Amino acid sequence: MLIKKRNSWDENENAVTSENVYLNRRKFLGAAGLSIGSAAVGLSAVSNAQSERTLKELSFKKTDFGQDEKLTVEAAITNYNNYYEFGTSKSEPAKNAWRLKTTPWNVKVDGLVEKSRDYSFEDLIDMKALEERIYRFRCVEAWSMVVPWIGIPLANIIKKLNPLGSAKYVRFETLADSDQMPGIRWPVLDWPYVEGLRMDEAMNSLTLMVVGLYGKEIPNQNGAPMRLITPWKYGYKSIKSIARITFTEEQPVSSWTKSAPNEYGFYSNVNPEVSHPRWSQASERKIGSFGRMPTQKFNGYGEMVADMYAGMNLRVNH
Amino acid sequence: MVISVQNLRRYGKPVLFLILSFPALWLGHEWYDAYQGLESGLGWNPVEAFHRITGDWAIRILLLSLAVSPLAKIMKSPKPIVFRRMIGLFAFFYVFLHLSGYIWLDKAFIWPDIWQDVVKRKYITVGVIALLLLIPLALTSTNGWIKRLGARNWQRMHKSVYVIGILASTHFIMMRKGFQLEPLIYAAILGFLFLLRSKAVMNRLRS
Repeated sequence: MLIKKRNSWDENENAVTSENVYLNRRKFLGAAGLSIGSAAVGLSAVSNAQSERTLKELSFKKTDFGQDEKLTVEAAITNYNNYYEFGTSKSEPAKNAWRLKTTPWNVKVDGLVEKSRDYSFEDLIDMKALEERIYRFRCVEAWSMVVPWIGIPLANIIKKLNPLGSAKYVRFETLADSDQMPGIRWPVLDWPYVEGLRMDEAMNSLTLMVVGLYGKEIPNQNGAPMRLITPWKYGYKSIKSIARITFTEEQPVSSWTKSAPNEYGFYSNVNPEVSHPRWSQASERKIGSFGRMPTQKFNGYGEMVADMYAGMNLRVNH
Repeated sequence: MVISVQNLRRYGKPVLFLILSFPALWLGHEWYDAYQGLESGLGWNPVEAFHRITGDWAIRILLLSLAVSPLAKIMKSPKPIVFRRMIGLFAFFYVFLHLSGYIWLDKAFIWPDIWQDVVKRKYITVGVIALLLLIPLALTSTNGWIKRLGARNWQRMHKSVYVIGILASTHFIMMRKGFQLEPLIYAAILGFLFLLRSKAVMNRLRS
């Protein structure tokens, strides 16, 4: 059971703007703009306005992950995002991601699998099996957060999909629809966004398919309706809004690797000893604090993942 | 209505001074809030935002300084030149803020780390060269130095601002991840300003 400690300065629940109103604020603004500014401003932006979805509360079980960590505030997690399909600045995804239509959501599953077919969100995610895990999140840009994700282990989903024994890697694709994603009109990266994991990494118990955040469904700008989280790797490996899962024998080439192979390798494990060619990875700035703190190898999850890389040169296989 | 050069000096320059100071004043104000943990215009990562915003204004004002002479030629009037020195010095000021942010906020004055960065990270090398080239231009911006060097030598020396423009815009392109549009827009503006330096293009614009 969840027990919320109430501070004396907390507002009562009924004093808070209802989430429905809050989430539809741009629609109100849009409507106001329509009446005031329609003569002066073009109508296209306004007439595209649709209501943002209300993020439903999820039921989930708590886990021991990260119980000693101090959470990054929710507003930071949902307003400081890298999601280039919705714009390259940190604030654009939160502004533009309402365009993403998350229901119904289908995921194409193909490659080395018993049966290639489309699965619905509901087919893949057992909403009764959700768990919350507090993970550290380390971006390649040397900032970090602590996030209470809600999801299910990717391993449980993969078992359902029956990949063939010959499958060595899993390749993931983000949706790429320029109608919903304004950022796709410019080739910042080779769209659709592609990421991949080795089979043992995908089956690792840390690897989570995430559908929720801070007790609710995950907001669009954070990768709704389902995204990956691999907390021992740099954030860009944790691909958002997954629309396709392919099992392969060859190592997938990610969008970032394609864009700059010397900067973004396949493994992308957090490693303070191997710097990004353009900046050091030895330390990080935790969002919400000013100083820098040292970065831990495998982002501090070495105990659960280091075995997978035994004997590998992590500088070459960065 | 014709505004005299004298009035441009007396009223125009203070107004421009205020306008060009505004981003710095705004940054100071937002930092004051951010440092107290209040919500600020610098967002969730104020240090990163400070780098970005000072860099943006440094390159914008640098491009503006490069636009003054072509504008004077198109207008067939020396009046815009009244503002050129101030604009150039403001560009230097924002570059200085950009650098201070890096040395202080990002690197906490740890000089060995900074030196490592300068020699190892190419986009930082490029940025530092641009900054170093800008220093003599700022120092010799006074009337005294123009006299000491002679107008012709002074002008020749200050042509290095073209190189600085190229370095600054290269620095911007290099530091972005992926293939991004924004730095290319700045590079295109720089290219256009170079084009205005060509006699053929200028003659067509003036006729």
